[in-house]
Amino acid sequence: MIARRPLAALAALLIAALPALAQGTGEAASESIVAGLSQNRVDITANFSGSEILVYGAVKREAPPPDDRPLHVIITIEGPPSPLTIRRKDRVAGIWVNDASVTIDSAPSFYAVAATGPLGLILLRTEDQRYRISLPGSIRAVGISEQANEAPGFVEALLRIYERQGRYRLSEDTVRFSESTLFRSDVVLPANLTEGDYRVRIFLVRGGQVVDTLERVIGVRKKGLERGIWSLAHKEPLLYAVLALLIAVVSGWGAAEVFRRLRF
Amino acid sequence: MNIYLPIAEISVNAFVLLGLGGVVGFLSGMFGVGGGFLITPLLFFIGIPPTVAVATGANQVVASSITGVLAQFRRKAVDVRMGLVLLASGLAGSTIGLWVFALMQARGQVDLFVQLSYVVFLGTIGLMMFQESLRAILRSRKPDPARLRRSHSHTWVHRLPLKMKFRTSGLYISIIPPALAGAGVGFLSAIMGVGGGFIMVPVMIYLLGMPTKVVVGTSLFQIIFVSAYTTTMHAVLSQSVDLMLATLLILGGVIGAQLGTRVGVRLKAEQLRILLALLVLAVAMRIGLDLLIRPAELYSVSSGMLS
Repeated sequence: MIARRPLAALAALLIAALPALAQGTGEAASESIVAGLSQNRVDITANFSGSEILVYGAVKREAPPPDDRPLHVIITIEGPPSPLTIRRKDRVAGIWVNDASVTIDSAPSFYAVAATGPLGLILLRTEDQRYRISLPGSIRAVGISEQANEAPGFVEALLRIYERQGRYRLSEDTVRFSESTLFRSDVVLPANLTEGDYRVRIFLVRGGQVVDTLERVIGVRKKGLERGIWSLAHKEPLLYAVLALLIAVVSGWGAAEVFRRLRF
Repeated sequence: MNIYLPIAEISVNAFVLLGLGGVVGFLSGMFGVGGGFLITPLLFFIGIPPTVAVATGANQVVASSITGVLAQFRRKAVDVRMGLVLLASGLAGSTIGLWVFALMQARGQVDLFVQLSYVVFLGTIGLMMFQESLRAILRSRKPDPARLRRSHSHTWVHRLPLKMKFRTSGLYISIIPPALAGAGVGFLSAIMGVGGGFIMVPVMIYLLGMPTKVVVGTSLFQIIFVSAYTTTMHAVLSQSVDLMLATLLILGGVIGAQLGTRVGVRLKAEQLRILLALLVLAVAMRIGLDLLIRPAELYSVSSGMLS
């Protein structure tokens, strides 16, 4: 009994390591990505109206390309995730009211996918699911089917609404890739940005399989006046309220005074 | 010129906000209502999150009411004593209202509750005012010499105890009806996220028998304090007042309110009332239609867990 235990542990270790070994001996070792971002920080100031970030890089090779299957690049940018509630209106006693609702554990506040071609053609479905590359994969919705009937409809609605708001976008054919070596893509961050760390992932794909990945982070932060207002509101709420009322009193009185002087 | 709002976390055109504040301020100065029942739905419409819209709207109401009331003070059209009675009972009423609001929020039906109260109260008051002011206009067009006009009629309101003199209004009545009215309006305003001017104005005219000229100033006077209380509560409890948004709305609002007050003075009381009635009815109908017509998008997304 005692002798078997280390053996079993060894066997388990071997089984666990097998896929990694299989992958390691494949193309991953021969081709890898080097990449950079035009900026790794976005400051939200008062006149912030969105930002364009250049993602660029190259494929590093120790040896000539292993085979003729075309090489592709996929870039994803993911905003800070948060829990969400999705509600559906139904007609109850003649009026439309919020009826059923579903809570999603975690959905990104922003998600953009850019690629060198249509995702369905360049990426295997299994690889997409494994790396959670396309949009639905980035939403974590565990156990929603118990919360409402037709639960998938709620997730579809979330994708639809966020796509319309420009929060979720899939832009295939927007990564330029020359000589199967150099790539670049401009990713547009919208004006309605939530504060937090934005995760940039770059995937190198050959024959539908991911051969290398790289991750970078863009820090999106409020700056200057925006930061000041936000901090005061959260750290000194009473002082903030007094300030808000003071602005109201001074402008209200000021306008009355100015108009009186003008005798308008 | 787009501007990023730090609390609402969205980017909105600054001139749209100035214009919105201006239009609502104009109406508020003209009719002596705070304008909360207009600004809050309008902010929803341009995509401001509901909690931020309600809280920031209250802050804008403070500014436009102050600028309006100063103009009324110079005209000696503010009954401070009546205002204070309404205010004291109003704060008590709104505290109860905030409690009921939290209770409804826990049940998850606060949206419907707010929408229904808008339709019911705006609709009823709008219809009553419309009917009354239409009759008044018809009467003034067809002068009827046989009819004796009394300054005010004596009803059950005048037979209650605890009488008090309200010199500016020319009234000597019990403080019980104004106190009850103030508490009721305070309660509703906390639930609906508004100052309550559109309820207070008709209550003063029809129930308390105050002269229309004094009603506007007194209502604004009382709204300043109720809205300031609401703003503070929202800022402290949910950090949902957006200073950037408030400042732009206020800038537009105070200028609009000054112009509105001047236009309001030139209009006849009946005309003023019929216009306010139409405005109130329009808002009630808009919200009512939202409840009746099948929405284009049945689903809505809000951040955070369901309570």
